[in-house]
Amino acid sequence: MSWFKRIAPKLLSTEPKKNIPAGIWIKCPECGETLYSKDLDKNLKVCLNCSYHFRLTAEERIASLVDDGTWTELFSGILPKDPLQFTDSKKYKDRLKAATTKTKLEEAITCGEGRMMGQRVAMSVFNFRFMGGSMGSVVGEKITRTIEYALAEKLPVIIVSSSGGARMQEGALSLMQMAKTSAALYQLAQAKLPYVSLMTDPTTGGVSASFAMLGDINIAEKGALIGFAGPRVIQQTIGQQLPAGFQRAEFLLEHGAVDLVLDRRELKGQIANLLGIMLPRG
Amino acid sequence: MYVLELEKPVAALRSKIEELRALMDAGNLESGSEIAKLEAKAKQLEEEIFKNLDNWDKTQLARHPFRPCTLDFVQHCTKDFQELHGDRHFRDDPSIVGGFCRIDGTRFMLIGHQRGRTTTENVHRNFGMPHPEGYRKALRLMKLAEKFGVPILTLIDTKGAYPGLGAEERGQSEAIAVNLREMAGLTVPVICVVIGEGGSGGALALGVGNRVLMLEHSIYSVISPEGCASILFGDSSRAQEAARSLKYVAKDLLKLKVIDGFVPEPVGGAHAKPEEALDSLKKAVLKHLGQLEKLSAEQLIQGRYEKFRQMGVFAESV
Ligand SMILES: [Zn+2]
Repeated sequence: MSWFKRIAPKLLSTEPKKNIPAGIWIKCPECGETLYSKDLDKNLKVCLNCSYHFRLTAEERIASLVDDGTWTELFSGILPKDPLQFTDSKKYKDRLKAATTKTKLEEAITCGEGRMMGQRVAMSVFNFRFMGGSMGSVVGEKITRTIEYALAEKLPVIIVSSSGGARMQEGALSLMQMAKTSAALYQLAQAKLPYVSLMTDPTTGGVSASFAMLGDINIAEKGALIGFAGPRVIQQTIGQQLPAGFQRAEFLLEHGAVDLVLDRRELKGQIANLLGIMLPRG
Repeated sequence: MYVLELEKPVAALRSKIEELRALMDAGNLESGSEIAKLEAKAKQLEEEIFKNLDNWDKTQLARHPFRPCTLDFVQHCTKDFQELHGDRHFRDDPSIVGGFCRIDGTRFMLIGHQRGRTTTENVHRNFGMPHPEGYRKALRLMKLAEKFGVPILTLIDTKGAYPGLGAEERGQSEAIAVNLREMAGLTVPVICVVIGEGGSGGALALGVGNRVLMLEHSIYSVISPEGCASILFGDSSRAQEAARSLKYVAKDLLKLKVIDGFVPEPVGGAHAKPEEALDSLKKAVLKHLGQLEKLSAEQLIQGRYEKFRQMGVFAESV
């Protein structure tokens, strides 16, 4: 049985799986192996040959972490506006419409409550496919509400990041979401509630430079690109080639920025184990 | 002489005035009436230009090499400044300076980005673009101030945090993020002023205050107009359009409730009359400190949280 059939019905209706239609052969971009999509799904979209991690949708990510049938979505119906009346080659409003049509999602983040091996958690999960997972007012607001919900319910927080950073089209308001979410994490820390930050491919810019790096436990998913500046910007700035593996999960572990680099298939068990130790019993 | 495009019409009049003055001094001009006329005209023209500055004009002013910087504020507005160095872990980052001082007798911890004016200075100060150790030094000094109940003033003036190899290796993201979280919990008043260019997370890392102000012609943006143009238009030379779209000038940011107010600059801009601009800035800082001094530590933390908590614009369906 496919692992993402286990998902709560509410989610299935909001985001029909469309990344990989059932019964199709997929070529691994890393090793070139041809994989049967049902096998790939069963393996949490990790290549059966080389362990390459395909990107997940928020729906798939939640299903991979949360116990069957325990997920309740929170804070839906918070929708983006266009406070700057921003126009580049396209209007921001049109970009939003296109993103909604493409992903069938309201915004670049899905939040809710669920159980991980029985432990209640509050969780925010990025949808990279929605405008590159960029953080504008809605993303910042929903993350902040997730943290405030956890404070009220005395729950640990898990944020799964996958984002190119702040959303340009909302200007300084996007920038301020970095301060807003980080200030909420200050309160969570005061309340001594655990926060696990899971950084997946890619986590850069204003997302990495705020809540993503502030975990009590920082976990990088295997192979993920994680950094402040994008590799292209750095290359332009310093005018030289970047070393192999630069800004990859393993690079961050080596330089002390994350506690762990984990294979996707180990995440749920390891996070649940850590929460069990950090959370006082009773 | 460094003359901006927007200053050229006035500069032309002024050089004409200089010529006439030289003639008069040499006894070759009988009456000063022409000079007086031109002076009045120059003044009127300058006022008009400065009343109608667009976002790109302001970007040029914000980046002006002679715009007052943190060390100018130190020199003109403070006494007993003692610069303090280093993050205690890696090195001292000269693109952020900080230290104890007094402003009109009141104790302050002053921390600000510092760029250079000459090439040598800019190399030393990395063009005011900090590495992680700069942000860690800043936080160390903020905690030091907190320990002794000293209010904090930050002056923001950077294109952004430096995007380089060492910066990534040493955790640029983490350094900025920790400042955002820890500034939220400071028990002393924090006043932040964008005095030039406030570029992205590298600016915000000194920007979580009870009051966030801007000098009138400063800019405060999620991304540089060049960076924005290069991503959205695939052409960094369309920065002027991006500057318009990003609405990163004080008037717009006040409307969006990103800042609490701005400090007016003299006609001609802060670089034209730096002492006047700095005096106004000092006055504004002391006024806001007067309000914040009355608050308890809890009120300061709560006030700062609520201020940032309400930032953002979205629709909510029930
Ligand atoms: Zn493979």
